Amino acid sequence: MRIDVMKTYKLFINGSFPRSESGRVYEIKDSKGNFLANPCLGSRKDLRESIVAARNAHHGWSSATAFNRGQILYRVAEIMQGRADQFVTEIIAQEGATPASAKAQVQSAIDTWVWYAGWCDKIEAISGSSNQVSGPFYNFSIPESLGVVAIFADAKPSLLNLVAGLAPVIASGNTAILIANEKFPLCAITLAECLATSDVPAGVVNILTGKFDQFVTWAGSHMDIDGIDATGVSNKDLTELKELGSENLKRIHSFSELLSTKRMTNFMEVKTIWHPVGL
Amino acid sequence: MNSTLLADNSEASLKKFLNTLSAVDEVGAKARVEMLATRSIKTSSKNWAIDLAIRMVDLTTLEGADTPGKVRALCAKGVYPDPTDLTVPSVGAICVYNDMVKIARQALDAGGGKNIPVAAVSTAFPSGRASMEVKIQDTKDAIANGASEIDMVIDRGAFLSGKLGFVFDQIKTIKEVCGSDIHLKVILETGELVTLDNVRKASYLAMLAGADFIKTSTGKVAPAATAPVVYVMLEAVRDYYKITGTRIGVKPAGGIRNTKDAIKQLVLVNEIAGPEWLDPALFRIGASALLNDLLMQRMKMRDGYYASPNYVTLD
Amino acid sequence: MDKFEYAPAPESAALVDIKSEYGLFINGKFVAPKGGKTFTTINPATEEVLAKISYAELADVNLAVTAARNAFTKTWSKMPAAERGKYLFRIARILQERSREFAVLETLDNGKPIRESRDTDIPLAAAHFFYHAGWADKLSYAGVGSNPKPYGVAAQIIPWNFPMLMLAWKIAPALATGNTVVLKPAETTPLTALLFAEVCQQAGLPAGVVNIITGDGATGSHLVNHPGVDKVAFTGSTSVGKAIAKAIAGTKKSATLELGGKGANIVFDDAPIDEAVEGIVNGIFFNQGHVCCAGSRLILQENIQDEFLEKLKNRMNLIRIGNPMDKNTDLGAINSSEQLARIKELADAGDIEGSQRWSPNCSLPSSGFWYPPTIFTGVSQSHRIAREEIFGPVLSVLTFRTPQEAIDKANNTPFGLSAGIWSDKGSRILWAAKQLRAGVIWSNTFNKFDPASPFGGYKESGWGREGGRHGLSGYLKGEK
Repeated sequence: MRIDVMKTYKLFINGSFPRSESGRVYEIKDSKGNFLANPCLGSRKDLRESIVAARNAHHGWSSATAFNRGQILYRVAEIMQGRADQFVTEIIAQEGATPASAKAQVQSAIDTWVWYAGWCDKIEAISGSSNQVSGPFYNFSIPESLGVVAIFADAKPSLLNLVAGLAPVIASGNTAILIANEKFPLCAITLAECLATSDVPAGVVNILTGKFDQFVTWAGSHMDIDGIDATGVSNKDLTELKELGSENLKRIHSFSELLSTKRMTNFMEVKTIWHPVGL
Repeated sequence: MNSTLLADNSEASLKKFLNTLSAVDEVGAKARVEMLATRSIKTSSKNWAIDLAIRMVDLTTLEGADTPGKVRALCAKGVYPDPTDLTVPSVGAICVYNDMVKIARQALDAGGGKNIPVAAVSTAFPSGRASMEVKIQDTKDAIANGASEIDMVIDRGAFLSGKLGFVFDQIKTIKEVCGSDIHLKVILETGELVTLDNVRKASYLAMLAGADFIKTSTGKVAPAATAPVVYVMLEAVRDYYKITGTRIGVKPAGGIRNTKDAIKQLVLVNEIAGPEWLDPALFRIGASALLNDLLMQRMKMRDGYYASPNYVTLD
Repeated sequence: MDKFEYAPAPESAALVDIKSEYGLFINGKFVAPKGGKTFTTINPATEEVLAKISYAELADVNLAVTAARNAFTKTWSKMPAAERGKYLFRIARILQERSREFAVLETLDNGKPIRESRDTDIPLAAAHFFYHAGWADKLSYAGVGSNPKPYGVAAQIIPWNFPMLMLAWKIAPALATGNTVVLKPAETTPLTALLFAEVCQQAGLPAGVVNIITGDGATGSHLVNHPGVDKVAFTGSTSVGKAIAKAIAGTKKSATLELGGKGANIVFDDAPIDEAVEGIVNGIFFNQGHVCCAGSRLILQENIQDEFLEKLKNRMNLIRIGNPMDKNTDLGAINSSEQLARIKELADAGDIEGSQRWSPNCSLPSSGFWYPPTIFTGVSQSHRIAREEIFGPVLSVLTFRTPQEAIDKANNTPFGLSAGIWSDKGSRILWAAKQLRAGVIWSNTFNKFDPASPFGGYKESGWGREGGRHGLSGYLKGEK
């Protein structure tokens, strides 16, 4: 009688899969109450390392051509499609979903990812503009990526929320620290494996697991995070997050729609350039 | 050594002249060198290019840890790069620090390399941060020890802060110390000059002040001899020849690690400056690891299969 | 050798498997033409026959349009937009996978250098599909209303100068916006379109969404005039474009036309001179000058004329003309004997009209169709070679004294496709760009294309734009 090799779930920081520097884990059970896994209990230091990695990766990622980003994101979708069965298994186990609904969620997540991949080289065309100022100047507004964005992934449907949080942030040229929902972290790590095998440069995406309320405090107060997707944060914690975040005026947003250009434009800054027209 | 392009010896005239030079469009420059990098050099032209590249190598060791033993080994390698194949030509020069020149000259003379010059880096290489007196003495020592080529550095701090007359005078002085028999290479340290416009200006400044060769880098700062930089310098020598009738040489140094890189450089020379520059008298490549890759590629061309590092010597 | 000769470096023709005979691609399959007629396509560099091609007559055109209509009504218009997009992503990725094969085939059939097919044509074609794939489910953002609708069946006719790229410029936006297509490639360059049909099959594209019919001008005419066609998209000569506009005048059909040009490349005295020389060379000799937006008129500031022309001639001496399959070839073959005759006739007019011809010394192969890179200096506005599109590697050089004069000369043409501006001064570039009546303006660069960048002309250079958000509106009706 053959037994399976059990999977270990680690963090994803700067392109590698380390354990938490705290050495700690927490237990999650499946929907039936049986042991499922020991994901890492991410620490403040893990978050800090992720932010350093994300910051270092930002210049290269945002200066790559939009076409290049789009190609890389589409490749992630190709890899996700190949791992669909693994995602389905994890969703059934964690969320208590039926096989049919788990499969539907995975397909929807891949299609959501593809939707955002297609925006990379189009977002400026719909949110930038040439402005007709009264004077001998060309004046144009270009949205640019904000920088380093932390994402608190919402709960069920876990994979779909992970994708809707992460894809728009990196499609728009930001680099990310994705904090998996503490009840449903497994798909996040499998997603990390997809990213690691798809030409995504190290540091562009970092994925952590652990306790949300701790991350709220640490991420809220860290001065080198520029923006936060707080969709997964509870109302009680959201106030704390915003109070801490005010120290460096973090752009903190929550979203209700999975497919929305706001998930990109809210993490972009508009730069307006004037240039004289004359001999 | 032609200053007739300048109205007089003042810094103002020098600046005025340099400002008449055309701007370089960086995007256009990069596009051109990228196109030239697609040239496919095969079979007979590859053989020719490899041997020429070997003859153009200024085989270099410039480490604080250099010892007489290291320098002697380098010289042996430079004379007979492949002891199992005596058809391999010798390198273009040996390049060492000033206090290793005597040892290099003796080793070359005793080892069949009488015709291989010793080039010394000088003038407080690599930073150039020292007094003019020290720089002059550095140069004199090298020449007295047997160097027939001097690779000097320009004062980049002075260049970037606009003291172009000062930079010019330093080069002029060192060329006077060299005289007409000692060949002077002027290192621009393009990685610190950053813009292609600066590279163009510095190239002309050096040529006007008496350089026999303009050299990209010390090899101690990255980026070193990138294709766009070499392109601008090759254009400078090409155009300078048109105005003055004098051909100045170009030496890229640093970052040229394999045969592919070296051949790309030769293509640039061929199509930017022109075939007259495809000669060690007008083009050198400052390198160390490159030589073994050239030898391995040469073996592959000769034998029809790839060699391994076991078949080339470690100096 | 005492010079750096580049030994032959041929790409291998064995990379592509050319069939001896091709059918018409209708409703997802290759079928024989009803009338059984065929013609051949040759390699213009050697004149050897490459393959036998089917000739589509009216009956075949009917079949193709019907297939496209059925596919539109039953399948494509009912398909969720995101799924349409995913077909296009598949096509883009397969094109990337098979890019070397396509590049070799394009060079053999067209005569352009393999370096250009490999590094420019095919990557841009794949990028065009990839870019448009992402628009399929985002059309409400395209600026054509909140729920724009496709036209239905698009008739698409493309030229021989960039066969695969022009196919991508036509099919990608048409499919992304929900239309189905019948495409007719040029008669001298059908092969990459026919290979593309295989890519459609590999991608699982539903039958009838893309149909490819080969033939000549008569075939194209049947296609344009077919009552089952809703939209016409044509790239080619201005004279045929005008004929199409006339032909559809009484109908409900709408048309996008990409026609000829006589692009002005303006060089100011403060231009970055070496890069400007390169830009002029690229502007007229890229693709043998078979480019609608070629910079075929150099409008040069008179005070730098001598220095510039000397540098230009020295640069032209480096142009390598010869076997297009050699990776070091810069200038390939002229596409057909007809085109070669046209080029010769117009260039000879330059001699007759009194301008001074110059070409570098180059040896031309004994078989195939070849023309050396050529410049005419001392050209004035009234010369034929300043007014008529030569569509070959021939540059007409005019001069100007003041910026306004440069603009006036540049604009003094019924064409309005492209222009180039060379200057180191940003405000001057933008001033000139504002004055120039051209749909594509390149500053300190030339012949740059991108799927995100709208392309098209003013005046007799055509109607509409291809590429970018603006290009989508050519295939969308907007809300009723």
